[in-house]
Amino acid sequence: MKEHESGNVTYIAVWAALIVLTAVTVAVSYVQLGMMNVVVALLIASVKASLVALFFMHLRYGSRLVWGFALAPVFFLILIIAGTLSDTLFR
Amino acid sequence: MDPATAREAATLGIWTFLATEVLLFGGLFTAYIIYRIKYPQMFYEDHLKLDRVLGAVNTVVLIGSSLTVALGISAIRKGRVGLLRLYLSLTILLAAAFLGIKFVEYSEKFSHGLFPGTDIFFSLYFMLTGLHGIHVLAGMVVLGTVLYLAGKGKYSESYHTPVEISGLYWHFVDLVWIYLFPLLYLVG
Repeated sequence: MKEHESGNVTYIAVWAALIVLTAVTVAVSYVQLGMMNVVVALLIASVKASLVALFFMHLRYGSRLVWGFALAPVFFLILIIAGTLSDTLFR
Repeated sequence: MDPATAREAATLGIWTFLATEVLLFGGLFTAYIIYRIKYPQMFYEDHLKLDRVLGAVNTVVLIGSSLTVALGISAIRKGRVGLLRLYLSLTILLAAAFLGIKFVEYSEKFSHGLFPGTDIFFSLYFMLTGLHGIHVLAGMVVLGTVLYLAGKGKYSESYHTPVEISGLYWHFVDLVWIYLFPLLYLVG
């Protein structure tokens, strides 16, 4: 496995993006949007999580196998949440 | 086993561990979703009692600590041990700052009579942030050990797998907080 290198400039750019997105999500939380507040908050959180995983955790340069290992728990998490909701929502 | 294979195996190992961590927090996230749907009013009123500003500051602190770890790994990949130790020290300091702010928040909640047993929202708040806080503490121990071993000259341009692995764990701790902060402080 060759080590690919994101430059330090990339890391600092990702950090800046994460800070800006944090500011945006806090600002949006002061605006009443009803259900859209949750959607926007989760959307921004997921963009931030993707940035951390792709750049800081080097997933961008990860092999197919590493991607599989990283995505498997996400699949199971969705399964757990969907499975539990399909029970509790329709009792 | 040649070094590259060993590094790949270690990387898959930590990702496997992180998978179990996703599911550990996942159970609590599931509980959060179900009770939020069941008691929207309670979640709305209670989330306003959390300090949004302190939560945001802690988010910035943790994101900063992810950057310092990433820069530290970048340094040791070029064989710069001194720079690695500087960045690891900064990371541990930021982690301590995070826990310090968390301590202030907890004390403030306790002084207002808000405890884990108050209601389901605060039960989940203390469980989720408490479990996350334990992970921050564990991360400080791990990074502290790596810092100590770096000082003993264990890592170099050609061998630094433990630094990379610990870094992945630390970024995961940051990832969990990235979801915890909006769910608890911003949308309740």
